[in-house]
Amino acid sequence: MTTPIIELENVTKRFFGVTAISDLSLQLFPGEVFCLLGENGAGKSTVIKILTGVEAPTRGQVRVDGTVVHFASPRDAREKGIATVYQEVGALPLMSVARNFVLAAEPQKGRGLFRRLDLQEASRVALKSLRDLGISRVADGGQLVGTLSGGERQALAIGRAVHFGARVLVLDEPTASLGVRESATVLRLIERVRARGVAVLFITHNAYHAYASGDRFMVLRRGRALATFNKNERTIGEVIELMAGGAELKSLLTGTERAIASG
Amino acid sequence: MVSALLVFVFFAATAGQNGFLTSLGTANWLDTASDLGIVALPIGMLMIGGEFDLSVGSVVGASSMIVAICSGYYSFNPWIGTSLAFLFGALVGAANGLIVVRTKLPSFIVTLAMMLMVMGGMLGLAIALTGSSSISAVPSGSAQALFASNFLQFHVSILQWIVLAAVATYVMQRTAFGNWVYATGGSAETARLAGVPVAPVKIILFVCAALAAVLTGVNETLTFQNGNITLGAQYVFTGIAAAVIGGVLLTGGYGSPIGTMFGALTYGIVSLGVFYLGWNTDLANFFIGLLLLLAVLANHRLRELAMGRA
Repeated sequence: MTTPIIELENVTKRFFGVTAISDLSLQLFPGEVFCLLGENGAGKSTVIKILTGVEAPTRGQVRVDGTVVHFASPRDAREKGIATVYQEVGALPLMSVARNFVLAAEPQKGRGLFRRLDLQEASRVALKSLRDLGISRVADGGQLVGTLSGGERQALAIGRAVHFGARVLVLDEPTASLGVRESATVLRLIERVRARGVAVLFITHNAYHAYASGDRFMVLRRGRALATFNKNERTIGEVIELMAGGAELKSLLTGTERAIASG
Repeated sequence: MVSALLVFVFFAATAGQNGFLTSLGTANWLDTASDLGIVALPIGMLMIGGEFDLSVGSVVGASSMIVAICSGYYSFNPWIGTSLAFLFGALVGAANGLIVVRTKLPSFIVTLAMMLMVMGGMLGLAIALTGSSSISAVPSGSAQALFASNFLQFHVSILQWIVLAAVATYVMQRTAFGNWVYATGGSAETARLAGVPVAPVKIILFVCAALAAVLTGVNETLTFQNGNITLGAQYVFTGIAAAVIGGVLLTGGYGSPIGTMFGALTYGIVSLGVFYLGWNTDLANFFIGLLLLLAVLANHRLRELAMGRA
């Protein structure tokens, strides 16, 4: 078996005495989509914070490529190839696609005082990366990001992360604010990125989106791993039930959902 | 750019007969525009970066006093006074930047406090040293050539302005630093997460704003041969006005040095145009205010279009 790119081993995190996650272990392998499911407050964002170097675990270890690491900052994690794409996509609407794409890693040409931005190169890599992710509607690197659709912005952010060396992509609720079509675009993006050998941690509270693209799943509740399983081991109905908290919430499901859940 | 052309055509048509279009007239409005333009350029950049600087006006006055006290009252070599003034400006700018970055307070209030401190402090110092708040300073030699000379009827500040605008345009449009300024103003948090050194970017912009204010202070002091603490007080408002008329967004993240340049040009044309028309010159501010209002509305609309919320 290959070594996981990043791994949490028996991690516990407490904030001011409140336990956010407790004795949690998870492994992310190259070329897989790992779905972290759970309602609000289940501990999903704490897992992200520990994986991306924002917080250090109270107990337990983080390993990258099998070696124990102590991230001092998000920059530390990024240098190890762990990238995060946040809920409100990290894009600047009033800047062009090309300028957004290369931000803080600008390609340059010339020497000394005349060292300057290579906007052509920026535009080229940005558009190529978007095409690789299946976005062909954007044809001009000078287009303002504000005019892109939600899915296209996700593609830009994901493409940017992968282009600059991300091996683990943490997607925090990438479909939360999107419509059906845009969500489908994002799910396709996830598949393309996985095909390139990137490990994707897909955080969502939408079981359908998770089920459509995930390889492995973990359901979190109150900071504990309630279940960890492969795609073919559970039906989507069981996943929904696990997330919602079992029978107590079953009565709240709609008729259709109940039909799916039972079979 | 449109606004500059518009007011130019208006005043050329109405005041052209009264000397507005003569070379002296042109030199006059270009001079007014350049004094403001030099101050406004980095204010525009700072606003693109998402911050304000209200202290620039007082820095113009304070540097004016420093130059006048050193080379007028004490008769030192003019370079001593000008060097001290630029050093002082760099310190004020760095202080503004550091306080804003460290405390995360709005720059609006930080630089307002700085404005009062600079103005009051320098006035007190001047009275204590010289017993006066208005000191004459006669320039000579290379300092005179650099800050107070004329070519034909055109003041050297016009040349400084054009050079600085070219440099600012290059930096903002063609360098990584420029990209960082736009990103910082667009969303400081997003920029920081992407790896932009947001704090240094802001501090550099504050220092640039103060240094440009010093340049105009030195120019005007050596040209009028008089140092005055109230010199440049109007730039607090007109600098921001020039940037906004030139298309810089109040919310940051969008605009250009060229736009700011045309904003300052508009100001110069309007204030001298009103004078050449023979109207009460107080009316100039009325027109500037009107233009500012129209510019803000237009910028706001443009922003919505660009954000895809049209």
